[in-house]
Amino acid sequence: MKNWLSPRSTAGIVLIAAALVALPFVLATGGQAWVRIANFAILYVFLALGLNIVVGFAGLLDLGYIAFYAVGAYAWALLASPHFGIHWPVWAILPLGAGLACIAGVLLGSPTLKLRGDYLAIVTLGFGEIVRIFMNNLNAPVNITNGPQGITLIDPVSIAGFRFSGSSEILGVTLSGPQKYYFLLVALAILVIIVNLRLQHSRIGRAWQAIREDEIAAKAVGIDTRNLKLLAFAMGASFGGIAGGIFAAMQGFVSPESFSLIESIMILAMVVLGGMGHIPGVILGAVLLSILPEALRYGVAPVQKLLFGQILVDPESLRMLIFGLALVLVMRFKPAGLWPSPERKRELQPEKAGG
Amino acid sequence: MHAKLSAIALSVAAALAVTGCGKKEEPKPAAAPAAAPAPAAKPEVLVKIGHVAPMTGPQAHLGKDNENGARLAIEELNAQGVEIGGAKAKFELIPEDDQADPKQGTLVAQKLVDAKVNGVIGHLNSGTTIPASKLYSDAGIPQISGSATNPRYTQQGFKTAFRVMANDVQQGKVLGEFAAKQGAKTVAIVDDRTAYGQGLADEFKKAAEAAGLKVVATEYTNDKATDFKAILTKIKSTKPDLVFYGGMDAQGGPMAKQMKDLGINAKFLGGDGVCTPEFMKLGGPATEGHYCSLPGMPLEKLAKGPDFKDKFTKKFNAEIQLYAPYVYDAVMVMADAMKRAGSVEPGKYLPEVGKTAYEGVTAQIAFDEFGDLKGGAISLYQYKGGKLEYVETLGGGAADASKAGEKK
Amino acid sequence: MDIFLQQIINGVVQGSIYALVALGYTMVYGIMGLINFAHGEVVMIGTLVTITVAGLLAAAGLPPILAGLGGLIAAVLCCMALGWGLERVAYRPLRNAPRLTPLITAIGMSIVLQNVAMIAWGRNYLTFPAFLPKANFEVAGAHFTAIQLFIVIVAAATMAGLMLLIYRTKLGMAMRATAQNPAVASLMGVNIDRVIAAAFVIGSALGAVAGVMVGTYYEIAHYQMGFMLGLKAFTAAVLGGIGNLAGAMAGGVLLGIIEALGAGYIGSLTGDFLGSHYQDIFAFVVLIVVLMFKPSGLFGEKTGDRA
Repeated sequence: MKNWLSPRSTAGIVLIAAALVALPFVLATGGQAWVRIANFAILYVFLALGLNIVVGFAGLLDLGYIAFYAVGAYAWALLASPHFGIHWPVWAILPLGAGLACIAGVLLGSPTLKLRGDYLAIVTLGFGEIVRIFMNNLNAPVNITNGPQGITLIDPVSIAGFRFSGSSEILGVTLSGPQKYYFLLVALAILVIIVNLRLQHSRIGRAWQAIREDEIAAKAVGIDTRNLKLLAFAMGASFGGIAGGIFAAMQGFVSPESFSLIESIMILAMVVLGGMGHIPGVILGAVLLSILPEALRYGVAPVQKLLFGQILVDPESLRMLIFGLALVLVMRFKPAGLWPSPERKRELQPEKAGG
Repeated sequence: MHAKLSAIALSVAAALAVTGCGKKEEPKPAAAPAAAPAPAAKPEVLVKIGHVAPMTGPQAHLGKDNENGARLAIEELNAQGVEIGGAKAKFELIPEDDQADPKQGTLVAQKLVDAKVNGVIGHLNSGTTIPASKLYSDAGIPQISGSATNPRYTQQGFKTAFRVMANDVQQGKVLGEFAAKQGAKTVAIVDDRTAYGQGLADEFKKAAEAAGLKVVATEYTNDKATDFKAILTKIKSTKPDLVFYGGMDAQGGPMAKQMKDLGINAKFLGGDGVCTPEFMKLGGPATEGHYCSLPGMPLEKLAKGPDFKDKFTKKFNAEIQLYAPYVYDAVMVMADAMKRAGSVEPGKYLPEVGKTAYEGVTAQIAFDEFGDLKGGAISLYQYKGGKLEYVETLGGGAADASKAGEKK
Repeated sequence: MDIFLQQIINGVVQGSIYALVALGYTMVYGIMGLINFAHGEVVMIGTLVTITVAGLLAAAGLPPILAGLGGLIAAVLCCMALGWGLERVAYRPLRNAPRLTPLITAIGMSIVLQNVAMIAWGRNYLTFPAFLPKANFEVAGAHFTAIQLFIVIVAAATMAGLMLLIYRTKLGMAMRATAQNPAVASLMGVNIDRVIAAAFVIGSALGAVAGVMVGTYYEIAHYQMGFMLGLKAFTAAVLGGIGNLAGAMAGGVLLGIIEALGAGYIGSLTGDFLGSHYQDIFAFVVLIVVLMFKPSGLFGEKTGDRA
């Protein structure tokens, strides 16, 4: 499993590729809902990787990350729906959404450069809320976002006349809408992962790491901490923007309720639970945490019946309870995350002064 | 009283015998112990009805209420032993939780589509109903919501989308007219910035202004707030005759209370979201004399209403919160369409849903070309001594609806 | 003018509640540098326990004020136990873990507590029994109630008591020493584990008091009430300078006033371009502006790197 990240192992790559291609068909036997869940999991992989740049690489605690997702989603919704009667193609909107999110990232970053740790956390949290509140309220005096009503009938992704919604037949294989999106998402995910891997080991990546470990020392050795922090915000944000665009297209509907604070917190939980700063760990965290609540949706009731012969507690109430417990237990026994980077693991072995 | 239904209803004993032996799918183990196989049992058809509402989160109490409404309908249908196309129908409820989150709304919708449900009741919120309706439409599964009031839900052009409740436009309009009828000259409007609250408040504003009222203040809160003193203080300075609130009971109740604390003597008016026992519980004596509206006719006025209320309170040992009767009607309308079509296949009975003419517990139900409730009568109530007192019924089908009431 | 006065009253009362909750955040943060995200949930449990216990006592025939007092005591005890348990289960094992780890366990605990409360107390909104007489006063056109007065007094008294505890007792000295440098403090014979547990227990007791105040004021409770309240209180604590007790108090009251004035005047200030739907933005914008000029909050000391 680990090999697939190292480009040297061709066998690993082939295996993984085969698994990725087969996955939507295997999942579809359990129902298209599972394909859809997988799609959301990949979407969260985007988001977690984006946030990982800010939190994991550069060590800046960001609790308002969902704002960039929202910017991307609304960019798509406004430019490809009957709301303004504009229907731009995907290759125009997706980069534009990423660009707008990027600008938002810089806007957030610039006033907060001086802040550290938890002060930064609350300011970013405030920023996320500010973005959501604006989206919720910009229906008057000029109707831009249509306010809490949201935007309906958003165009699906379509490339050269090929629409990603509804089922269609390709090379004799019938693909459902979610399955088509799956392949699009996997392709984008591979791109995002490669960019992240390259970033991590570049000069920029190492500079971020230096800032994370000791900002003052980093400054002293000549790292331009100001610009690099801004870059981290901007890059992280643009991934969020792309994810948002796809989300809008997949859903066909966006409204501000999708971009609440709890989503930001969930993405942060994915990054930390998986293993902050370690790309495979972050991917694992995102996949696990996005699938767990859905798997529990299917699993809680049957398991209760099996154990007690009847349903004692509402499955719906139990679902989130188990989710919360899982968060606590994983962090309790794996404080550095499920799959931390080797360096981080080493650091934690001997007792280390906290804080 | 139940002329129509009793005609097709079989004896309860026979129905019980059949519920024991579901054929398709594994039957729920919790079901009644299997009775002796009924002699010469008719072919049986399983009808899976999906129901979606938030079961966790701030609106969980309403979600549970909806689910109870659906559950009661399903159990009654099974007890009556409905026959569809010559086969005995066994209805099964598949309840799902969407947490009022649009993303989960589509996930749950997909789950129901996968489960090949015959129809969907819900969702509760417009915000989840709208994105989910696309999936149901693509799959050709009829969807009837008992509570999603956003006009957009039925304006998307989906043939599968219906609702058995007046939408925000219909209700806001009537509320505006009512405010004028009460002799109010100036009005302050508050909304909770949700799709429901904002939609209703906007329609109210239009209607109120058209009726010659002056809107002296427009203020906002959110659906998690508990403190309204700041906006109410501002409203107080504009001295309105009436305060209109577009939002839910959990905020409305405390708001009414805080109005009293601040010495605001204006009347309070709200839509279906505050027309609940919860509102009176939370607002206490401060709700006395205020007004609210509910789509359809009061349960007491319609033939089947009081009966429904009794059964509901007896079965769940809980008061009806809000939408349970509408959800109950939604299930019944769906079953009725299946009966008329003689099929439980979504594609076959869908055209019949559009042709519905059903006497429900909330109204005489028929749909217009969009799938909206035809006529859409709205009844107004006043809170008096901890009870909702019926005032009058306004709007489109008021006349028809009251006729239905006289049948009793 | 009476409107302005009324808004100030609204703000001070709301702010006193924020301040009480913020004290809990700041106590824990000051000593451990940890945001206890589950603190809002402790407040919620406090409110709900009071409803149950006071309801039972009232049913047993006690007069409302005594039943309320009984509920308060039960809530304080319950929350103290809860705070102790939280520290033991979710935070102590992680004292040497990466900084964000306890943040995630805190979020996990917050989800767990919410859902436990939902199972135990149900999904419906609950009414909080009225313990205090409903007197309504009017001064210069502004209305206030006995309950509002009571809340401000309780908040101030609690604050004073806490100050005494921190600056005049041995435990307080140990707490301050631990906040300065845990390693050195432990060499001086301070039992770090005990001190940190004490901070959690005291913070949670304050949370219970805050919960009862919230309940008394709004007469409504719900298993999700803790989240927003916790968030606002956390904002208040940061505004005042997190880790600083007086700062938390000032930050809370200030935030309450900002919100009230924001909701009341944002429209006239911006020529009706922004309405009261932007009141939360107002609070956050003030926070961001303050932090731009004073990166450690209004009363925060300049601390070294925590990140």
